[in-house]
Amino acid sequence: MSEPPLPRVRVTSPRTTATRRRRVTGASEIDAQTDLGEVYMSSLLRSQLRLALLVLAGLAVLVAGLPLLFTVAPALVDVHVVGVPLPWLLLAGGVYPFLLLLGWLYVRAAERNERDFAEVVERR
Amino acid sequence: MSPTYGVVAVLLVSVATLAIGAYGWRFSRTTSDFFVASRSVRPALNASAIGGEYLSAASFLGVAGLVLAFGTDMLWYPVGWTAGYLLLLVLVAAPLRRSGAYTLPDFAEARLESRSVRGISSLLVVGVGWLYLMPQFQGAGLSLRTVAGTPPWLGGLLVGAVVLVNVFFGGMRSITFVQAFQYWLKLTALLVPVMFLLAVWNGDGAPSPLGGAWVSPLDSADAHPLYTTYSVIVATFLGTMGLPHVVVRFYTNPDGRTARRTTLVVLALLGLFYLLPPVYGALGRIYAPDLVATGATDTVVLELPARMVGGVGGELLSALTAAGAFAAFLSTSSGLTIAVAGVISQDVMGRRFRGVRAFQAAAVVAVVVPLVLAVSAEGVGVARAVGLAFAVAASTFCPLLVLGIWWRRLTDAGAIAGMLAGGSLSGAAVVLTLVGDPRPGWIGALLAQPAAWTVPLAFATMVVVSLLTPSRLPVHVSRTMVRLHTPEAVALDRGPQSL
Repeated sequence: MSEPPLPRVRVTSPRTTATRRRRVTGASEIDAQTDLGEVYMSSLLRSQLRLALLVLAGLAVLVAGLPLLFTVAPALVDVHVVGVPLPWLLLAGGVYPFLLLLGWLYVRAAERNERDFAEVVERR
Repeated sequence: MSPTYGVVAVLLVSVATLAIGAYGWRFSRTTSDFFVASRSVRPALNASAIGGEYLSAASFLGVAGLVLAFGTDMLWYPVGWTAGYLLLLVLVAAPLRRSGAYTLPDFAEARLESRSVRGISSLLVVGVGWLYLMPQFQGAGLSLRTVAGTPPWLGGLLVGAVVLVNVFFGGMRSITFVQAFQYWLKLTALLVPVMFLLAVWNGDGAPSPLGGAWVSPLDSADAHPLYTTYSVIVATFLGTMGLPHVVVRFYTNPDGRTARRTTLVVLALLGLFYLLPPVYGALGRIYAPDLVATGATDTVVLELPARMVGGVGGELLSALTAAGAFAAFLSTSSGLTIAVAGVISQDVMGRRFRGVRAFQAAAVVAVVVPLVLAVSAEGVGVARAVGLAFAVAASTFCPLLVLGIWWRRLTDAGAIAGMLAGGSLSGAAVVLTLVGDPRPGWIGALLAQPAAWTVPLAFATMVVVSLLTPSRLPVHVSRTMVRLHTPEAVALDRGPQSL
């Protein structure tokens, strides 16, 4: 006498396509300190540091370079612009608008870097 | 110069300072108000306050005096003091605000996770702050003697008392209003007289003051003018970011972005102000050459209006410059007192003394010690002591801030070694210069302006010792970097936040 056959069972696969859609933002990668998060952070740091060094290079060449220029070309004292010797004119007035311009360019670029960073890490 | 106008001007400034401070008292209730004005100061007001705090006796009186005495090379001081803010903007401003700390020692501890770094930073803040406060009190004494013939200790005492009353009752919140007012007072006090002076000069046929060795750069009596100029550049460009009273103001900005914008406005305000003192120095060549011979060049700003304009008008204009000078002493001393008192109340008085009472007690200590020093040690020279403070700040806090913000591998051992090396060498160099006779040749030049060699040395020490002690890397350095550099608008885990 044979055993009664087991009822047939339908075998299905889990719905993998529906559950696999995880939402991961760059921000959560940074919070979890994953390698990808580190990449986001170091790219922000690098872009801000590069910008800072660029501004400092401008300052070094155009302002801190002046004493060297005066050493190499002492005759600049005899160059008069509107009656004032050139070194005096540069140091007593001309430098300040230049410092302000460098600062303004820096603030604009630094805020742009931060906007780009925010866009990347908040994108889903 | 008649003493009456000068005395009235000085008293008016003191009363106005107290009155505006009293206006701020009404808003000061919490500890956060006292230390950082509850972090709610907007860029335009904050920039005026920073400018008002920063322009000390050295800027208001010293620059004109130095230019009168030594000529073109001295213009590097105001240029450097302004460029220092550009370096601060580019390297430090936003991350420092985002660090969320009250003071420099707070920053050091949060970044390096070490109590020892905090201790050393606290000592240095108090040291640099007192070094900078002492010449302010001495300068106040000298100025009051010039305008009113009082004994030299009285001016310092007056400044100390006014500052203490304001700090005592209002803390950072009321000081912010006071300092913003004092920037505009200082600008007016140089701008209005200079217009009259230029009119007189024009009426005299506009004789040129610019001639001879005085006008040539790098032609001074110094043994090594090129080295000296570059050392001044290093000290002023890099020292600004390390001054405790400058740094503490950044914590009053609402966020990192406003910290940057505030600094940009400060650059504009400082550039505007520094156009004026060199004019006084140059006019002094024509109208007050005797001050060079008597060594009283620091008083040229106070003397020139009375000499050139004459009559009651000249007296009134001189009184206006005296008022500006006192505004300079009061505002810088207030800022320094806040910074030093903040550190003393947090780190020296210990955990049992917290809150507003501890801050007030600390403010008394912060004012009385340098006041006693100023009265007992006369004649150290305003500009030299201020120069020492810049050199020491550039050799200690500048590398700590720059490497701490931009270099992950800084360790507490490296920071301590670098600050000790830079601080002791720069401190020793200037103490040797102050107490001894002037030394000739290279030794003298290296000691008189040490920043050009002590700053690179401090940086190198920090880097080398940090690389040798990789095991001491702070545990949470990655989280700290997130906090320092990411914009506040992005929602991120920035670790535990302070206030």
